Amino acid sequence: MELLAYPFMLRALAGALIIGLAAPALGIYLVQRRLSLIGDGIGHVALTGVGLGLLTDNSPVVTAVLVATIGAVGVELIRERGRTSGDLALALLFYGGIAGGVVLVGLSDNSSNANLMQYLFGSLITTSAQDIVVIGVLGTAVLVAMLVFRPALFALCNDEEYAKVSGLPVRTLNILLAVTTAITVTIAMRTVGLLLVSALMVVPVAAAQQVTRGFKGTMALAMLVGVGSAGAGILVSAEADTAPGATTVLLALAAFLGAAITATVRGRLRRPARAAADTEPPDVVLQS
Amino acid sequence: MTDADSVVEVRHGAAGYDGREILRDISLSVTAGEVVAVLGANGSGKSTLIRTVLGLVPLRRGEIELFGTPQRRFRHWERIGYVPQRLGAGSGVPATVGEVVASGRLARRGIFRFPGAADKSAVRDALTDVGLLDRINDPVATLSGGQQQRTLIARALAGKPDLLVLDEPNAGVDAASQEAFAASLARFAAGGGTILLVLHELGPLRPLIGRSVVVHEGRIAYSGTPPEPAGHHAEPGHDHVHPHADEVKATICEWAPTEGTTTF
Repeated sequence: MELLAYPFMLRALAGALIIGLAAPALGIYLVQRRLSLIGDGIGHVALTGVGLGLLTDNSPVVTAVLVATIGAVGVELIRERGRTSGDLALALLFYGGIAGGVVLVGLSDNSSNANLMQYLFGSLITTSAQDIVVIGVLGTAVLVAMLVFRPALFALCNDEEYAKVSGLPVRTLNILLAVTTAITVTIAMRTVGLLLVSALMVVPVAAAQQVTRGFKGTMALAMLVGVGSAGAGILVSAEADTAPGATTVLLALAAFLGAAITATVRGRLRRPARAAADTEPPDVVLQS
Repeated sequence: MTDADSVVEVRHGAAGYDGREILRDISLSVTAGEVVAVLGANGSGKSTLIRTVLGLVPLRRGEIELFGTPQRRFRHWERIGYVPQRLGAGSGVPATVGEVVASGRLARRGIFRFPGAADKSAVRDALTDVGLLDRINDPVATLSGGQQQRTLIARALAGKPDLLVLDEPNAGVDAASQEAFAASLARFAAGGGTILLVLHELGPLRPLIGRSVVVHEGRIAYSGTPPEPAGHHAEPGHDHVHPHADEVKATICEWAPTEGTTTF
């Protein structure tokens, strides 16, 4: 672990840990809403922002945050309005985003395949100290928002109509989710890259829910899986000389596999006990 | 009736989806302490009626008042407890019964405050009321349809509302759960609560209903004493308890909307 003596490794690790916590904390709401792939789509849109930044000599992270936010809010407005045309509209937006990004990156002066790959698949090692500050501030903001508004966001994602009738500011909360999705995607593009961003939001949640019973527990465990696989991903990739983003995602998938096997085995072990319980009268006894 | 008693007031309401008008001209008033059942055939607009009252379907013409305030300016949503037909589409993610019921406290608490002792005890009280306190830590997905329905009623009760609005609460629900939530609703009504509910059949809720309203082709076709069971419900062996059956029968049979009450 003498690698940690290098400042760039410490920066990489710090960035990965923040994203490892924030991405599943947001992702759980997206999964609950059955919008697991939305992060992927917003990632496509963010690439246009990267291209715009490179072309205009602005920080690609900043322009990507802006373009992704516009894209995410646009997606939310389409989702709110449409029922049938929404799906196709999203597809157009996403492919427009990635195609626009590739063209814009190509047009910029410092265009190279390596440059594009850096955003598509992540490149934590080249992350500057300034980048880490941006990741730290935005990541913490996302994390705090997701934790503080958990009851409201849970109600919204669990049953939007009920949330509306409860007088919750449904539209504001939806926009909050859209904006935080855009922010998370953009800061995570440095770790896992735009093409694997969604994995860090979704896979830890998928792993956690194999073995949990409630939402709060799932959120906590998903964040643990996220931070664990992100941290381990950096260290393993440094030792084994593999791509950090892909390594992180594979580790999260391994956690999912482990959790799924655990859940299956546990289910098998419990089944005999439940069969015995079924001979009892069902719960028709009323407490009146 | 004074304004202070008015809970729901719909005047010449019209509403619909995507260019199709479902409610044409509806007028309905519900006063404090009433238990009103909205009946009607599938597609008659009975669910649209309560969804319009709740603001889930936009009103096209006419006006709606809630507790004496025009719907658009109404802010006291904690006074209304909504029980949808079934648990929302959401949740690939597990959620416990307690977590779902706790959502019922948000209207009262607001989104900026963390749940406190009052919220926790309200959740437990509501679950006790529907007889599901022992399932508080179980994932809702492991409950039967009827138990999920009772969870939704507990969620509405947890907010301690003045008006309960239910959308076909007994659709596809086992008898035990029907009895359980009939008892819950009876307690709520006995405590002075107002209930507006859409029903496909009266079932065990029959003794509770004070007035029924029949929606037919987007209009109110009848308003008055609940109709008697017809068709197979009237057959021997289908024994509900129906007090005051004889004196109302004469007034009912004349209008009784055949597609409303016999096509169960």
